[in-house]
Amino acid sequence: MMYTATLTNRRSFIKKMAVLSAMAAAASMFPGIIFAEEQEAGVPKGANLDWKKAPCRFCGVGCGVLIGTEEGKAIAVKGDPQSPVNKGLCCVKGYHSIMALYGKDRLTKPLIKKNGQYVAVSMKEALDLIASKMKETIKDHGKDAVSIYGSGQWTIPDGYVASKLFKGCIGTNNVEANARLCMATAVTGFLSSFGLDEPMGCYEDIDYADTFFLWGNNMAEMHPVLFSRLLDQRLKRSSKIIDFATRTTRTSMAADRSIIFNPQSDLAVGNAICYEIIHNGWMNSAFVEEHCNFSKGLTKMGYGLEDNYKFTDKPEKIDFEAYKKFLEDYTPEKASKISGVSVKDIKYMAAQYGDPNKKVMSFWCMGPNQHSRGTWMNNIIYNIHLLTGKISEPGNSPFSLTGQPSACGTVREVGTLTHKLPHGVVTNKKHREFAAKIWDVPVGNIDPKPTYHTVEMFRALDRGDIRFMWIQVTNPMVTIPKLKRYRDGAKKEGRFIVVSDIYPTPTTDIADVILPSAMWVEREGMYGNSERRTQYFEQMLEPPGEAMSDTWQLIEVAKRLGYEKQFYYNEETHIEEIYNEYRKHHVGKRHNMAPLEVLKSQPGAMWPYVEGKSTQWRFNSKYDPACSNGKDFHFYGKPDGKAVIWQRPYEPAAEEPDQEYPYWLGTGRVVEHWHTGSMTRRIPVLHQAMPHGYVELNPGDAKRLQIKTGDDVKLTTRRGEIILPASVNQRGVPAPMQVFVPFFDENMLINDITLDSFCPISKEPDYKKCAVKVEKA
Amino acid sequence: MPIKSYLVHPHQGMKDTLIDALSKHNQCEVIPAKNKEIIILITDTENSREEDLLKEKIESISSLKLLAMVSGFNTPKN
Repeated sequence: MMYTATLTNRRSFIKKMAVLSAMAAAASMFPGIIFAEEQEAGVPKGANLDWKKAPCRFCGVGCGVLIGTEEGKAIAVKGDPQSPVNKGLCCVKGYHSIMALYGKDRLTKPLIKKNGQYVAVSMKEALDLIASKMKETIKDHGKDAVSIYGSGQWTIPDGYVASKLFKGCIGTNNVEANARLCMATAVTGFLSSFGLDEPMGCYEDIDYADTFFLWGNNMAEMHPVLFSRLLDQRLKRSSKIIDFATRTTRTSMAADRSIIFNPQSDLAVGNAICYEIIHNGWMNSAFVEEHCNFSKGLTKMGYGLEDNYKFTDKPEKIDFEAYKKFLEDYTPEKASKISGVSVKDIKYMAAQYGDPNKKVMSFWCMGPNQHSRGTWMNNIIYNIHLLTGKISEPGNSPFSLTGQPSACGTVREVGTLTHKLPHGVVTNKKHREFAAKIWDVPVGNIDPKPTYHTVEMFRALDRGDIRFMWIQVTNPMVTIPKLKRYRDGAKKEGRFIVVSDIYPTPTTDIADVILPSAMWVEREGMYGNSERRTQYFEQMLEPPGEAMSDTWQLIEVAKRLGYEKQFYYNEETHIEEIYNEYRKHHVGKRHNMAPLEVLKSQPGAMWPYVEGKSTQWRFNSKYDPACSNGKDFHFYGKPDGKAVIWQRPYEPAAEEPDQEYPYWLGTGRVVEHWHTGSMTRRIPVLHQAMPHGYVELNPGDAKRLQIKTGDDVKLTTRRGEIILPASVNQRGVPAPMQVFVPFFDENMLINDITLDSFCPISKEPDYKKCAVKVEKA
Repeated sequence: MPIKSYLVHPHQGMKDTLIDALSKHNQCEVIPAKNKEIIILITDTENSREEDLLKEKIESISSLKLLAMVSGFNTPKN
């Protein structure tokens, strides 16, 4: 796709706008539609473009793109045909990605708040101030009063130096990232079931699966390129797509079967599928006997609504008979009463998994993850795959998708969460010793006690336990649930907030210092996608003004804090030096990372990268060199080499509809905008295609309330109220007595009224469920 | 100086024929979808009269099932 930023010809500009409008319209009508040839056609005649590869800036699919630059500007982007992820395709956001570099209001100068006004200063002055404020805060309030909050958009080097500085040098575990809000549950799901994080399979599973089971996952809008691969397989091989969701979406419309369930009741339906598998003799007994254990954990854990809430699960081994008896509470008939799903549909779903001749791939993302019992829900999906032995082989794959380009690469693998280290956890002495050696710090520097997960970190800021917070490449003043409390807390006297970003956002509004960041290919880096693929991108452009990479901002401050020895990196070669140092944390057949020269030469490589090869299917001895038990499968993340089938019950959500607040409120995303819209709302065609937030209502409810599309609707929860325009029978259709609101619009902050309940195991908030009153405004 | 974009739906199995027919007009830029039976059409004409005439010609193409306008711009000549 040709872009307009460098065009002086107004007419060409308008023509391109017309093309983009049409493409956006087509994408909204046909999920997964591709206009690949147009990418080349748009390149101006005579243009001498230099095409270089990069992973896409937006979601966690990690599509490979080729970026065409000329005279220091990015002017074209196309899908990389060499990339096994997207095979030359892009979604509507990918096609427009480079336009996000050129918004009119890019931050180009550091700004310091002086007497209530932002004043432009030099980068040196800003970095000096940040370092001195950190020193002062540590001196006055202790090391646990300073914190950093990053994101799954951090490159691997960004997250690595942040963790090294805060955990290794300063000695605080106040390191969190926004992936806590989207992927923490996936992590705890993997760790509890398998002992190791991230999917065992890969995208190539799509080419082998007979049934795609989407658990609360609107792939058509959130992962359109992967969804187009599903549609392609349906066309070629008659694969089936089952959409199991709480709301009718574009995915439902494209699916072979759309099944709607009551919010939170996926727990019951998942267990009913397990019940059916066992009672119909579909269990792969040999696989279960050889490779699985059964466990149960604590129940009635609460929802984390109170400050300083703590929970640690206590796993207890059980036997198969106990698990079978537990499932008697989840016969299809009983689960049907909880879920609203017909007995026939539950049996249909179970039969898809149970059919020994069908390969099944499960996909999920925010539905089971942003769930107050999310870890349980992840466990239940794994239970289904383990009971049937449909796992870790081509086409049989439980696949947890991610939403950010490096949620896996940076947050989960580098370990930028309070309890994590690049290899292992802070609570483990050996892991601390291992990290300290590579980081060249005394082992005593690394605190063995985790501090705050994300919601609790913002609560600590509100309480005053945290006094300094550095926020990089994320927008928490749009995304934190029950936002008003945390926005007010961040503005309190005695707090010092640094925000590194590329555009002004509601989060830069609370900053004492704003640092302009280099974006994506304006610096060098790596992202890690959902299928364990690490992808490198070189610096292709100069960042605007004084903008600097988040990595180098951290290094500059680290040096000012006196850590020159640990932050020895050379400005010209620091990314390579950091990556080579980082690789040392993952040495070994279970997680080896590919050398940088390999990442430079091809569209990424999947870890474990062993003997010059990516590992596509972990835990399967046919494909994974780390398997060492002499059997066909080896779940080596667990000491006995066996995966765990968990007994996890249905429990209600933290806040359910009642007489006063009779509707369910769920929140989510749209295809045009990426998360909080701070980049995509600056891309004219995407902004025009989806200019503002809205509330989706069920047509029956809307009729009863005499609300039509465009009418103002007042939503009231126990946290506050908001007015939004109605959307009836437009894009998505919620079930009766439910409403849906996307969160991309910073002028309609739906998170002001959401609830900060979270999964007690993962500490990930449940953005999908709270009680709301709906009125015509 | 109107510039307009359309989503163009061909009759079943007639996508290539429709692409050929549209491509014969100098004022038309044609962008077929790779994986769907749909074409993006951009028209770039000197004035409204020429635009109307072009539209008439397009609508008479037998392989055309539906012509749906997405956006319309009018711009002074460069």
